Amino acid sequence: MLSCKDVTHKLSESLDRELTLAERLQLEMHLAMCQGCRNFKKQMGFLRLACRRYMAGKTSSDSDT
Amino acid sequence: MLRGNERVGKMSDPQLPWMNDEAVEAIRRDMIKFARLQLRDAAMAEDVVQEALVAALANGQDFAGRSALKTWVFAILRNKIVDHIRQQSRTTNISALAPDEESLDQSFETLFKGNDHWRPEDRPTNWGDPEEALRQQRFWDVFDACLNHLPENTARVFMMREFLEFETAEVCRELRITVSNCNVILHRARNGLRRCLEKNWFLGGEQAC
Repeated sequence: MLSCKDVTHKLSESLDRELTLAERLQLEMHLAMCQGCRNFKKQMGFLRLACRRYMAGKTSSDSDT
Repeated sequence: MLRGNERVGKMSDPQLPWMNDEAVEAIRRDMIKFARLQLRDAAMAEDVVQEALVAALANGQDFAGRSALKTWVFAILRNKIVDHIRQQSRTTNISALAPDEESLDQSFETLFKGNDHWRPEDRPTNWGDPEEALRQQRFWDVFDACLNHLPENTARVFMMREFLEFETAEVCRELRITVSNCNVILHRARNGLRRCLEKNWFLGGEQAC
């Protein structure tokens, strides 16, 4: 059973590589029961989106930032 | 914030009336801000931007508008920044833990109880509708400040991955660090940024949760 701390590492790594099936299953089991880690996952997704948007603003003149 | 310069540029003759000193200056300011964030060295940032601008303008390519010029210049800037990071990585040890990185790691540890589950008061919160934040200029000011607040090497690895869009394996290779080290650094960066945004934006009364 993964701890919340383990989950933060797995969620960060999921942004950099494809997790194995076993890792994904473990992760899903934990997330199903843990609101804090579900929020953490959404926050990680938000960071990725913000970085993409940041760069998009840097490379086009019609920045929506 | 649509400014509509691009359309004007496209419809105009090949004299490119949008590419006046003011337009180039605006691009230069934007690039310097980005290069400073990435290189953490104001003088070096100026140099790199100057080189990139000169290279772009000397190229003599027909740009379809200001936006096309900006994309082109940023592509050159990206390569110049990568060159500098490559050079620096020969002399600095990215994997050595700096004091500010150590303290960030320690503060991360305090979020958990003995069994490595969240302390109730430190549980990540629901940030609501993120799109809403991305539309506000104030949010981007906080975002910039939080990036600047990350330890130097941590920020460098994070920005190579997220802004210059290197694959993780490339980041490791360029900086000569192991994959697991890279993962640790990226995790540290994301957490630092997450906590900074949570504290200074999402719990700052801008948004209910």
